[in-house]
Amino acid sequence: MKPRITNSFPTSLPARREARAAFLFLLPSALFFLAFQAIPIVSVFALSLTKYNLFKPPAWIGLNNYLDLLADPRFLRTLTNTVLISGLYVAAITVCGLLIALGINALVSKTLRSIFRTVYFIPMMASFAAISLVWWYLLSTDFGVINYYLAKVGIQHIPWISSSKYALYSVVLVGVWRSVGFDFVILLAALQQVPKFLLEAAIIDGANGWQRFSRITLPMISSSLFFCITINLIDGLQYFDVPQIMTRGGPGDATQTIVMYLYETGFRFFNMGYASTMSVVLLLLILIVTLAQFVLARRWVFYEFSRE
Amino acid sequence: MRSILLRTRRWLLQALLIVGLSLGGIAMVAPFWWVFVSSFRGISETFGRSSPQWWFTSFDLANYIAVLQRIPVFLFLLNSFKISSLIVVGQMVTASMAGYAFARLRFPGRDGLLGIMLSPMMIPPQVTIIPLFIMMRYLGWIDDHKSLIVPVLASAFGIFLLRQHFRSIPAELEDAARVDGANEFQIFTLVMMPLVRPGLVSLGIFNFMYYWNDYFRPLIFINTPEKMTVPLGISLLKGYLGVGSDAWVLAGVSLAVIPLIVVFLFAQRSFVEGITMTGLKEG
Repeated sequence: MKPRITNSFPTSLPARREARAAFLFLLPSALFFLAFQAIPIVSVFALSLTKYNLFKPPAWIGLNNYLDLLADPRFLRTLTNTVLISGLYVAAITVCGLLIALGINALVSKTLRSIFRTVYFIPMMASFAAISLVWWYLLSTDFGVINYYLAKVGIQHIPWISSSKYALYSVVLVGVWRSVGFDFVILLAALQQVPKFLLEAAIIDGANGWQRFSRITLPMISSSLFFCITINLIDGLQYFDVPQIMTRGGPGDATQTIVMYLYETGFRFFNMGYASTMSVVLLLLILIVTLAQFVLARRWVFYEFSRE
Repeated sequence: MRSILLRTRRWLLQALLIVGLSLGGIAMVAPFWWVFVSSFRGISETFGRSSPQWWFTSFDLANYIAVLQRIPVFLFLLNSFKISSLIVVGQMVTASMAGYAFARLRFPGRDGLLGIMLSPMMIPPQVTIIPLFIMMRYLGWIDDHKSLIVPVLASAFGIFLLRQHFRSIPAELEDAARVDGANEFQIFTLVMMPLVRPGLVSLGIFNFMYYWNDYFRPLIFINTPEKMTVPLGISLLKGYLGVGSDAWVLAGVSLAVIPLIVVFLFAQRSFVEGITMTGLKEG
């Protein structure tokens, strides 16, 4: 007689019971995933091979949509715009977020630190829709607050929104202003976790400020930086709200993004097949960029504990 | 002598930092303040003057009355609140259940399934919007809040976030409960759930902000003004309905933006920590 307290029933039964519990726990998420993620993803590929306007049944047209897309100058324009916008957006928001985080982290006063942290986070509370309206007024050429102060230092009448030369930058600027709080909050938290002893040891070894930053701080926060860049990139590639409200894609197509063109094609002209083709291209673009990022990440992202 | 020099240098650096951060901080807050003070005056006072006015030149509620007469702003707020809260609650339930299963239970095919179910994190809603629209139309959910709520009651991000939190709970607690005769469901509700509260709060705040500010999906799914959410509703102020005065737009924006900023100022610690946690819990 061997008393077995912890294992009083056959080993296979708890395992089976655990699997059954797991199945039940996963069921709700799996059903939603299937219905609203998996099926739509498969359908978007199928729809991209059809001509479909909601009213007549979809007609199979093979790869014609893709051929049309490649020859569509408006699509190529929106693709260029989207790549440009996301590039500028990621660069600007990451640099600004990092600078603000470094600045706040270097403050001695705890009170000031928490005040600034709150202040820089505030725009995150407003929707892109609301702030696009606000900035539409602020950036107005003739009555705008921004141009009023620029005129004081001798810069006259910049057509922030109405000129194709500036509109793209304005649209990015507004997005960066709105969302920089996300980057800075995450980077600030990362900075606060950089072990003090490392920096102190570096001071003793005679490292200057830049060396401490580039050799210690940057590697230590690189995984958070990577996280921010990944999120920002995806946000940049799906840029929609700000240009839709502030510029309507204009002037001309200067600020038209892929998602705006997709929206127009699908929901203004009900050309569902062609719009789906754009979705597929957007998806591929995101996959390529994210994949490239993960590959590049091996070169510069440092995970403290995952190195064996 | 040297120490005095060092100290002055340090103080100068601090002063410089404070000046720089304050300038940036003003740029963050000034637009909201300008909208707020401008919303109480006539349009000629805002755009007709030679210089921007940063203080109240008049305190007239006419713009607010005009906006409220034309656009149901309070209904927008109510709709946004209802939709965001239901999504938050739904995702807390689905994400905690799935996150728990992936983090703490063993079953065949776990890692593969996890990979599949997390893959939508990289896929923005814009990619699936066309099939989703067709689906909603088929279900008769267009212009119905269901189209905004039901498809997002579970999310890859939520599962990911909660899984990270469940993983950080020590196994001893679970074993102790099991020895005491608790079943999986009891372990989940009585032992695990209280321990992942920070994760749930984090998910809730992130989702609330995200869905409260969502513009894309309401733009596509909702047509009737009475059913609109705040971002979509206020975008009507300019253009779509051709409501004339710009001063009304500013009043509408104030009504839309101020509630969330006030909530934030009271609960800012949880907001900031909620967002922080989404970035820190890795690996």
